[in-house]
This record gives sequence, C-alpha cells and structure tokens, in this order.
Amino acid sequence: MTNAPQPVEPPKFNSVAEFFAQALAIEVEAAERYTLLADQMEVHNNKEIAAIFRKMASIEGEHRDEIARRAGNALVAGRSATFSWTGPDGPEATDFDQLHYLMTPRQALRLARFNEERAVKYFEAVAEAATDPAIAAFAGEMAEDERNHVVWVDEWLAKFASDDPNWDHDPDPPVHSE
Amino acid sequence: MSKRYFSNLPAGSRRRPQSEERANEQANVMTKSPSPTSLSIVLTGSGGAGVMTAGQTLLDAATSCGFYGLMTRSTGPQIRGGEAAAMIRLSSKPVQSPGDRFDILLALDFENVQRFAAELPLDSASLIIADPAAGEMPGFLKDSGAAIGLVPMAKLAKGVAGGRISMIALGILARLIGLPEAAIIAAVAASIGRKKPEALAASEKAVLVGAEAAPDVAVPKLAPPSAPRQGRWSITGNEATGFGALKGGVKFVGGYPITPATEILEWMAHALPQCGGVLMQAEDELASINMIIGASYGGAPSLTATAGPGLSLMIESLGLAVASEIPLVVVDVMRSGPSTGIATKSEQSDLNIAVYGLHGDAPHVVTAPLSVADCLLTAQWSVHLAESLQTPVIMLSDQSLGQARVVIDRPDDVVFPTKRLVLEGPVEGYERYVPTESGVSPMAVPGFPGGQYTADGLTHNARGTPSSQAKDHVGQLDKRQRKLDAFDFGEHWAEIDGEGELAVLTWGSSSEPLREAVAEARAGGIKVKLIALRLIAPTQPARLTAALEGVKRVLVVEQSHAGQFWRYLRAHYDLPDDVVPIHCPGPLPIRPGEAFAHIQKGARA
Amino acid sequence: MNMIPSAEKAFKPADYKSSVKPVWCPGCGDHSVLLAFQRAMAELALPPEQVAVVSGIGCSSRIPAYTNCYGFHGVHGRALALASGLKVARPDLTVVVASGDGDGFSIGGNHFLHACRRNIDLTYVVMDNRIYGMTKGQPSPTTEPDWDTAIAPGGTGLSPFHPLVIALASGANFIARGFSGDIGGCAKLIVEAVRTPGFSFVQILSPCVTFREDQQKGWKSLVHAAIVPETDDPARAARRLMTDDGFNVGVLYRGKRQPYQPKPLADFAPSHLETEFAI
Repeated sequence: MTNAPQPVEPPKFNSVAEFFAQALAIEVEAAERYTLLADQMEVHNNKEIAAIFRKMASIEGEHRDEIARRAGNALVAGRSATFSWTGPDGPEATDFDQLHYLMTPRQALRLARFNEERAVKYFEAVAEAATDPAIAAFAGEMAEDERNHVVWVDEWLAKFASDDPNWDHDPDPPVHSE
Repeated sequence: MSKRYFSNLPAGSRRRPQSEERANEQANVMTKSPSPTSLSIVLTGSGGAGVMTAGQTLLDAATSCGFYGLMTRSTGPQIRGGEAAAMIRLSSKPVQSPGDRFDILLALDFENVQRFAAELPLDSASLIIADPAAGEMPGFLKDSGAAIGLVPMAKLAKGVAGGRISMIALGILARLIGLPEAAIIAAVAASIGRKKPEALAASEKAVLVGAEAAPDVAVPKLAPPSAPRQGRWSITGNEATGFGALKGGVKFVGGYPITPATEILEWMAHALPQCGGVLMQAEDELASINMIIGASYGGAPSLTATAGPGLSLMIESLGLAVASEIPLVVVDVMRSGPSTGIATKSEQSDLNIAVYGLHGDAPHVVTAPLSVADCLLTAQWSVHLAESLQTPVIMLSDQSLGQARVVIDRPDDVVFPTKRLVLEGPVEGYERYVPTESGVSPMAVPGFPGGQYTADGLTHNARGTPSSQAKDHVGQLDKRQRKLDAFDFGEHWAEIDGEGELAVLTWGSSSEPLREAVAEARAGGIKVKLIALRLIAPTQPARLTAALEGVKRVLVVEQSHAGQFWRYLRAHYDLPDDVVPIHCPGPLPIRPGEAFAHIQKGARA
Repeated sequence: MNMIPSAEKAFKPADYKSSVKPVWCPGCGDHSVLLAFQRAMAELALPPEQVAVVSGIGCSSRIPAYTNCYGFHGVHGRALALASGLKVARPDLTVVVASGDGDGFSIGGNHFLHACRRNIDLTYVVMDNRIYGMTKGQPSPTTEPDWDTAIAPGGTGLSPFHPLVIALASGANFIARGFSGDIGGCAKLIVEAVRTPGFSFVQILSPCVTFREDQQKGWKSLVHAAIVPETDDPARAARRLMTDDGFNVGVLYRGKRQPYQPKPLADFAPSHLETEFAI
C-alpha cells in the first residue's frame, strides 16, 4: 500500500517567522487530515483504526502546540502560514486513496510511519538548504522530533502481529442506498 | 324577411324572430343564453383565407360597440393553410361558455370542413352563408336544415384590388347582425392599419362590398349591451393565467413549449422582465420543473406551464418539491388525453395524475380555475398558496379556457397577504424542517448567514440531514400533511350558488356552461344549487358537507371518460345517496343546453 | 505548499465543511474532491452562505451536505437544471454543481448539452469514476467497452463518451480535467473555474476504491500535466481533445463566450401590464 518516501523539494525561507509559520501549517494539516481519516474509519465501523488515527491526530496536535510554543514571538501574529490552498499537500498529510475500510492496525501505522519519514526528510532538507543558522537549527530540531515519532510508531507497530493474508475479505456484498 | 339594425332599436326592446321560435319547438333545447340574447357565429375556411384573423376582427368590432363575447378556434393539423373554424359568441352581457348552436355559419370554402362537423351544431333556425363557387355543400351542412344564403365571395374579393375574401365575409356578417361596417373597418385598422396602409384601404373597400352583398335574411339581433360598471378587458385564459401569476408575485419562469400552454410562457416572456423577473426556456420539462425548484430555493416565487405529457415528465421532481418543501406553481393546461391525445382540444382528465401522480405519500395542492376570467384569480391564489405552504401547487386549467378569448368586465383586484415564511432571526440551532404546529417551518434563503442547509429529496430529520429513522419519516410526513390540514383555504375553495334539493357539483372549466344551465333552470322555476370546486386538493370535507346540507340529489358533471372527479368525490367526500354522474370526455365542449337537459331530468322525481 | 505566507485569508478550508461525516468509502477519490472544494472556496474567500452546491444522485452527489454552504441534493440527472434556475434567479450567488459520470452524462446528458450551450455562470464538477457506484457497479457512459459487469456481461461494447469534447462542441466556456490524487491541483482548477465567467466544466478523475480499484489504482501514474498550454481557440481545443488520452490534467480550454444571464428590464408593478387587455 505504501511507497518508498519521495523526497520533498526544500523551500526557501526568508525568516525564522516564515519557517515556523510553515512548520505550524504542516502540523495543522497533518492533525486535520488524521481527524478526517479517523472520521471515515469511524463511519465504517473500524473502531480500532479510528482510534489509531485519532491518536495520531492528537500527537500532531501536540506537536503543533509545541511548535507554536517554541516559535513564540517569531510566529507572525501567532498564526500558521495562510498559504495558497492550491499547492501540493504537506509532507505529513496522508493521501486519501491509501485507506481501506478493512485496513489493519499495521497498515494504518505504516501509513503514519511513512508520513513521519517524509517529515524527517523534509526538515533535514530544509536544515541543509538553510542559509540562516537559526532556521537550520530549528529545522534540525524538527527533524529530530520527527525521528522520535518514527521510533515511537515503530514501537507501536511492533505490538501487532503480521497481517492475515485475507485481511480484506468481507463476506457481505456491497449495498446501495439510493 | 327584412333587415334589422341595432342602431334603430330603442333600448331594452327585444324581438324574437320566427326562426328562433321554430328552433325552440323542434329542438327543445336552450336557444338563448341567460342573458336576454346571444348570437353565435362561426367562420370556416382554409388555405390561409384568414378565418382566424377575421374572427378576431369581428369580436373586436362587436366589442367596440359595447358587446361582450367569447371566441374559440378549431384547426386542422397543418401548421399553415389548414382548415380552420373561428367560433364567436356575441352577447349583451358577459359570456364565458360556448352556446348550444350556431346562428350563422359563414363558409369561405368547404375544404375539409367536415372535420368540424361535430363542433358546429346547426339547425333549421340557422343560416349558412356560402360561396357557390365552393362546390358541393358537405352533407352535414345540407342535412342541418339551415337556411342557405349564397354569395359569390371569391369573385367579389377579386373585384377589389388587393381584396381578401375574409373581408368580404366580415362585411356580410356585419350587415347581417347589424354591426356598423365602420366598426369592422376600425378593428381592421387597429390590427394592421399602420403597418400596411394599402392593405387597409383594400380591406375597407372589401368590407363595404361584402356588406352590400349580404343576403336579405332575418337574423336574431342582440339587445343593446348594458353599460359596464367599470372598464372591460379582452383576454384569453392563458393570458389571464400569466397576469394572475404576475400579480401573485412570480419572478421566475422556466418553461418548455407545449400546446396549449405555450402562450402562457410567451406572454410571461415579455411581461415578466418588465416586473423584475426573468423567464428562461428549458430544454425539456424535466429541466423546467427543476429550474423552478432551483429558483424557488433561491427565494424567487416560480412557475411553469405545461400540458398533460409535460406534467407526466415533471412528476418525479414535483415529489422532490414536496419532500424538500419548495414552493412552486405548475399550470397544466389540460388537453384531451391520454398520451399525445388531441393537443388542441380540451378535457378534464388530468385530475388523477395531478392528485395521485406522485410516488409516495406526497400531499400537495391542486387548484382549478372556473372560467377564462377566473384563470387570473386562481393563478394568483395558487402562487399565494404555494408560497404560504411551501409546497407545489398544480393548477388545472384546460384548453377550453386557455385558448378562448373573452370580453369581460374588468375584474376587481384581489390582494392576498402572500408571505413566504423565511428565516429572519437567530440562526442558533436552526432546523429547516422543524415540525411546527402549523407544519410550516421557516425557510433559509441562500445568502442569509448561518442559515445554511441542504435541501433534500431523501427523507430527512428536522435539520434536513438524511435519515432512515422511523420517527423522522413519520414526523416529516405528519408535518407536510399537517401544514395542509391546518391551513384555512378560505372562501375561494369553491363557488357556491343558490339553494335546492338538487345540486350540480362540478369543477374547473365545466363550471361556466353549468352556470348558464343553472340560470336557465332557475328561470324556469327549478331550484338548483351549483357547487363549483376551485380547490381540488387537499379535500375540504367539512365545507362540502355544509354546502350539501339539504341536498338530496347531486349531479356530478365533468369532462372525463372515466369520471375521474366523480370517483375522487366518492373516495374522499360524503355525498348524498342519490348521485348522478355525468361525464364524457373531450373533444367536444360541454354546452349549456345539454347541461340544462340533465338538470331538468334531475329535477324530476 | 506555497512557502510565502500570503495576505490573511478571510476563511479557512475548514469553514466550508459541515459536521456531517462523509459516508464515502475510505479510499474514495471524492474525499479529496471535497477537500479541494473547501480549499478552493477558501482561496476565493467566498462567504459560505454565498455559495450553493447543487447535486443529483450518486455517491459524488452526496457532497452538498458535507459542506457548510447552502445545498440542494436533487433528483437523478437534473442538478444542472436546478442550478440553472437558481443562478438565473440569484446571480449574486456562486453556484457549484456536483455530479458523477452516471448522473451527469447518462440521465443528465441532455441537461449537460444545454448547460454548456446556455453558458450560465456555473461551475460543474463531475467526479468521474467510470461506474455507477451507488447502485453497485454498472457501466456508465465513460466506462471502457470491455469492462465486465452483471448488467453487461463481457462489457457494453460501446465506446465511452468524450465529455470534454461534448462540452466544447456544446459551448462550454471553460474545460478542465483534474485528478483527485492531486488535491491542490484540483483546488486550483476549481478556483479557475469559478473565476472564469460562463459555464466551467471540470472533470475530476476520482477512482472508485470499491468497484474499480484494480483498474483505477494505476491512474496516478497515468495522469500527466497537459503538454500544451490551455487554448482559447475552439478548433485547436477540438483537435487536442479528440486525440486526448483521457489523462491530460489542467485547464484545457478557456474561451471568451459571454455568460448567459437574463435580466429584468424594469421593475413595474404587474398592473402596468393591464393596458394590454383594457378595451
């Protein structure tokens, strides 16, 4: 279901404030996305996965709050970047097409891991490309945070046995409602 | 036999010519309308002879002399050049029903005129004017026993440069019935004068030539018209429908052409934009009904007009309007059915589909105008009901009303306190479909902040969210039924007239011929009550029971082969035991005389 | 993501989402289209109450209730007609029509032709998954001829529609194609579509994860940005669209037709018309 992490083009920031605004936006989007995924799984009665995504939403929410705290005054008016909505998704947002109503915890967590890995790569790339030492430093911290997230997800993953080969078997046929 | 001229008559005098009395004896039918006299004339012809225009001119001329009248038309299927008949009934008082027979038939030619045979009752008191060059007179005309006057109209027309046979005919008719030729000429001038001065001059000459050539026969003459209380109108049922809708506040029309409703759309196309509205032609009736749902959802009182086949197409989306509680009016100008039927002929056979056609339990409103003039009030009222009840109203007009032109006294203005209940206040916890006591819940108009909701055909809860829960389904069904049950439809639900143990119960366009028949019956001493329903659905059982108090026998009269109205009454109303259903389909109009005969029969023990 | 914080936007995408949780299958492309719609509205800074979303019947047509805008979930195939009436009566609103390939091109086919022809200022988003999903898997007018179904064993044998060609031939002023896998890209197309006056048609390839996963999971490698820039020349557009592989994404045609919007001429009281009848 998941591909190898694709590299994300590192952006250029003109100031620390911009960097934090962007980082915040990434976490806001990630948290919102996990909430939407959790809602979908809840509507489809896959409570276990819904809980995983809600947990991820909460983790990203905490990370969002942490960034806001760290950014402090550097954040312009305390707001995340109001970037153009017509660009690509951020590195921590799961593609909607990666879901399956019968998906297993391992599959959900692998999705989360993939997101975290992409975030690591993203912040590493920002740190590398930054000319402002402050940005490089903060980006480095973000990358470290995301690496910790990867470890944490791996620990969580380890709790689950490997997936049943018939994980997507559903004896009920599809029903239509209209 | 000598000529008679209107202008020579002292006011109020009447002379009954010999021929009328003979007809009375022979036919034993009503020969005169409740107004002291009326005169029915039919012009027939084909191939672009100008029968329709001539008929209109005759009516206009008589109108300008103060008379009232009604005009209907029949045609062959050709788009142009077909056989045509223009039927004009002139009277000294307003009439809105065809009479029982024709006093004069003027045939410009005989091409395919037998098509109209059943619609042209003639008898020995009638007069046929024909052109000897037209050839053999068809059997049905010869067999009528009518007097025949031959005038070489085609030859006379050729004798006038640019002269038309229809103008010759008008001259003849004017002379016969005692209309001044000048009135005819003025009517022609009003319609073409400015555009074509040479044609006007030729017409003028031809009219005079025709007048001089009129045969010297006695023709019933009309009593002078009474002075009108107020101004008068010349209007068709379709125009009256459009005007009523406009007065009702319609601001959007989406429609698809269909006979005999197209004139409503065409009238509104020029009228509506002058009054702050717009009309859009749709690609089909499926689009029409949905366009008006959309416009109404957006806050604009909306309407469409169609006929039976179009109404059939709209049925699914009418259900959507019921379920999502969207106000709208669909005018069905009924024609003979089923299926394509006879597009140019009237019938009252769409009652079933209008009332029962929607799938599911989908209560809504069905109205029916009682006359050409009543199309205005009923259309205006229908808009009022739709807006007040947030539901579709199907108004069942028909071809006999829609395409008939009448001259009437200007109707009184009626004002309805029409107000759509819209969301105006706090939006906290707004529920579009909250089950109120009246059943009517405030509708948020798009643009109003905080009122956002999704209207839906899916069964929904009070908020409008789709729901398959029993309590929501029942709750919303109850709400939509309650809003109709709880509404006071007021006095317009029916026209009730007179007293007696005998009652005539009818609806829609059957009302006018019945009205004339009832008046005649009363003049002859028969006590009879007339109940004409303008509101078909929802039913008004308590009101009808009150109206039928003391009635022992009811004649139910309608223009439907299967007796749709009668069966509807039986299903939903308490009627006396003695019910006489009188129903026949189109295409022939119900005439006062036949109705009178039924009443006479019904009055006997 | 555009890295430069732009001017403060009045609304966020979340402002356009209602509290109703979508019932679309996890993995369905329509989730992405909903988010793209929200983002587009935020980009356009339209107050949610000024937007109306009109739909027909089908999975994609469920979208109005998932938005915080005014909505109408009408009957099968008639969304364009309903939206046309709404927009003509209320030109002040932004009216977005949402439909699927069955609702929009089969039962809705006639209204599609005439909506393009009329060129009313609407934005029409069709979520095309080449199937009737809600009724469990019948071919639609855009389904491949050899796709086997219960109702058409072995495939219909019928060539699919080219909806973009039909839109062009019928007069649509803006024609674009998107892929649900690119949310930002779809948002951009919707923004352009709304901004362009007249009838704007956006076909969004939106895979059906339940009934067509095998065939459609490969779409993300098949879609590609259109090689040539958008054109305003209908003849050029016609050639391109007729030879289109079905996976070119982007704005493909943007014409110059004026939108149709009948307007009242005056605001007289109805009694003004009485002179027509008065004798």
